[in-house]
Amino acid sequence: MYPFEYQKPADVKSAVQAVSGSGENKYIAGGMTLLPTLKLRLARPDRLVDLAGIADLVGIRVERDHVSVGAMTRHADVASSAELRSAIPALAALAGGIGDPLVRNRGTMGGSVANNDPAADYPAAVLALGATIVTDRREIAADAFFTGMFSTALEAGELITRIRFPIPKRAAYVKFPNPASRYAMVGVFVAETTGGIRVAVTGAGACVYRIAAFEAALAKRFAPESLDGLSVPSDGLNQDLHGSAEYRASLVPVIAKRAVAAALAG
Amino acid sequence: MKVSLEVNGRAVSAEVEERTLLVDLLRKNLRLTGTHVGCDTSQCGACVVHVDGLAVKSCTILAAQSEGTKVTTIEGLAPGGELHAVQSAFRANHGLQCGFCTPGMIMTAVELLKRNPNPTEDEIRDGLEGNICRCTGYHNIVKAVAAAAQSLRTTG
Repeated sequence: MYPFEYQKPADVKSAVQAVSGSGENKYIAGGMTLLPTLKLRLARPDRLVDLAGIADLVGIRVERDHVSVGAMTRHADVASSAELRSAIPALAALAGGIGDPLVRNRGTMGGSVANNDPAADYPAAVLALGATIVTDRREIAADAFFTGMFSTALEAGELITRIRFPIPKRAAYVKFPNPASRYAMVGVFVAETTGGIRVAVTGAGACVYRIAAFEAALAKRFAPESLDGLSVPSDGLNQDLHGSAEYRASLVPVIAKRAVAAALAG
Repeated sequence: MKVSLEVNGRAVSAEVEERTLLVDLLRKNLRLTGTHVGCDTSQCGACVVHVDGLAVKSCTILAAQSEGTKVTTIEGLAPGGELHAVQSAFRANHGLQCGFCTPGMIMTAVELLKRNPNPTEDEIRDGLEGNICRCTGYHNIVKAVAAAAQSLRTTG
């Protein structure tokens, strides 16, 4: 790692100020992606601003029609919250399948969503559930948030404080993990929301995305067979040593059907 | 910068760089070399310690982030010299070959059994997903964790 300054502010305002100062500064949440990135010297921040001292950023609130999760809430806490599990079981199950238990004890929802790794799990939930990303300065709809590989609508220095998930009628997330890294080769989050059916795919492309044709077919009838005969183009999908773009494209409808079946099974 | 924390029940402080990892603070400054560095890329889990009761990879936490926390390392599991039930079970079940991954395996297993005192074999394997044994001795490791669970349930 290159050397950097370290600060640990106690409130959101001071954190935003500390990151907005001169130089290239970064927030550190759980650090499960950032620290490995720094070790590889892929980033050279002048200052790290640790968010772990800000109590307001932690915690889960379940309301009548939505669940609000603080950005610094760890995956392990999302997975084990009985309240959250009863409101949106698919979200708790997704959190319990991220990385490994040691990563889940450190990694945070806000960190994962702000990083927008192409194979991360949370972006699929945020997009499929039509969540709202609350920051220090505004609210951003999920549909406008994920803009490309490792990129989001966040402005320089903008800090995610909470994410609000509307409670769906039913939902499920199924992923096909890479057998070694456990990252999603393809992960599909299917949700029947008050605004309609939403299907979000992670792992397959450069950035999480929705599939309108799947959503339309499932809106007619919410059943795995509704996706029979539907396919997705492999153009632009990820291609690496783990699998070709064509392989990922062939996985998408298979995993989507499993997700629909899981949502129906409750 | 100066960091102060509690390690194995003892208050310690050390002068470190901002970029110092917790595992380096433990091994180099405090000479607690029971915690191992296997991969240094967050994959292998040889460096697992408990920070405020949670099992985490100490190669992926800055010493600065552990300011004010309570850290337990493998050395802290048997303060009186008598092995912890999980350590005894690893010995009795030959849950190690070269032994390099063992401290991390044990620290992960201790937390797993706190959360889930009666795990199935699948739950043990899922719980150890972040720990890699390059001797591939998983069979006896899983057996050791199951035996430790049983002994902890009977002795409390």
